[in-house]
Amino acid sequence: MVEFNLPANSKYKPGKTHKAPDGATNIRRFKVYRYDPDSGENPRVDTYEVDLDTAGPMILDALIKIKNELDPTLTFRRSCREGVCGSCAMNIDGTNTLACTKATEDVSGDVKIYPLPHLDVVKDLIGDMSNFYAQYASIKPWLEAQSPAPPDGERLQSYEERKLIDGLYECILCACCSTSCPSYWWNSDRYLGPATLLQAYRWLIDSRDESQGERLDSLEDPFRLYRCHTIMNCTKTCPKSLNPAKAIAEIKKMMVARRM
Amino acid sequence: MSDQGLRTPLGRVRGLGSAKDGTHQWWLQRLTAIALVPLSVWLAASIASLAGAGQDEVMRWFQSPLVAILMLSFMLAGFWHTKLGLQVVIEDYVHTEWRKITCLMLNNFVCIFFALAATLAVLKLLLGS
Repeated sequence: MVEFNLPANSKYKPGKTHKAPDGATNIRRFKVYRYDPDSGENPRVDTYEVDLDTAGPMILDALIKIKNELDPTLTFRRSCREGVCGSCAMNIDGTNTLACTKATEDVSGDVKIYPLPHLDVVKDLIGDMSNFYAQYASIKPWLEAQSPAPPDGERLQSYEERKLIDGLYECILCACCSTSCPSYWWNSDRYLGPATLLQAYRWLIDSRDESQGERLDSLEDPFRLYRCHTIMNCTKTCPKSLNPAKAIAEIKKMMVARRM
Repeated sequence: MSDQGLRTPLGRVRGLGSAKDGTHQWWLQRLTAIALVPLSVWLAASIASLAGAGQDEVMRWFQSPLVAILMLSFMLAGFWHTKLGLQVVIEDYVHTEWRKITCLMLNNFVCIFFALAATLAVLKLLLGS
């Protein structure tokens, strides 16, 4: 059955408090989920007092400041710090988003930071993405065509054909959408999830691709595609303002269209 | 993911492959839902118009072929929709294999039983016996 309660060893407890240095005036409290698999202890939520006057504006700036100045053991992924790489996806103030594009001032009260929901936690804010990446690989996210490319140039698209992948190619695979989806929480072993399905649609409507049928065949499944119940959390949470729910609906329309 | 042996993540995701099915069920669920909209309105209106009527009058109402057809449509679309909807809920939430299969079987049996019972009742009223 679906587990509505966390297993006993996953329940988190209050943790340590790291005080801001004396003289700090503009203090915000960051409550951050901590888990160290090597310690054998339950997860805990540590509190960090951050002086916002000496921190950058984004949540990621605060996390980096915490790691540099308060607690070097805090572990999280980050890279580009401008919403392009997708590394710093985490659950901030109850919503999956990118720490680098979420401003601290947009959160009221204590800033609560947890890893993306329903992933196995590797350490602190780092979730295990292996299943997510394998799902992405399973939809063959590359161009498949039997016709050889023109010998003197690339495969061409019209302006209209190219426009079809707008709103899809921008996906950075941060997994905010998939890990916000209850259907994905309960069935991520078989349901591909919104991110992978949006990517699948990106290749399904690419005018240069010649494998539409085979791509649809591999999605034609009660779990891989049809676990989507249009809950729309994916679209609501996407930090790039994309619409995975619409992409999934378009795939379902293609499925029906080829039977009629 | 760590307690599932040494199979690669991609191997696990590909699993038993696509079921090559799913659209039919999904489409039928929509189709029965759409059919149930006018049928429900018709049934509600009919019940309202029969308010205060005696048993004889209600029996006579049931003996119209059009009423019987609409009533049967409502019942069959309703139980079909119920069966498909409950199946989705079971597949979503029940993950222990034997429990899932038992629930899915019971779902089929119960819905088919009530659909047949409803059909029989409507026919009995139509034929007035």
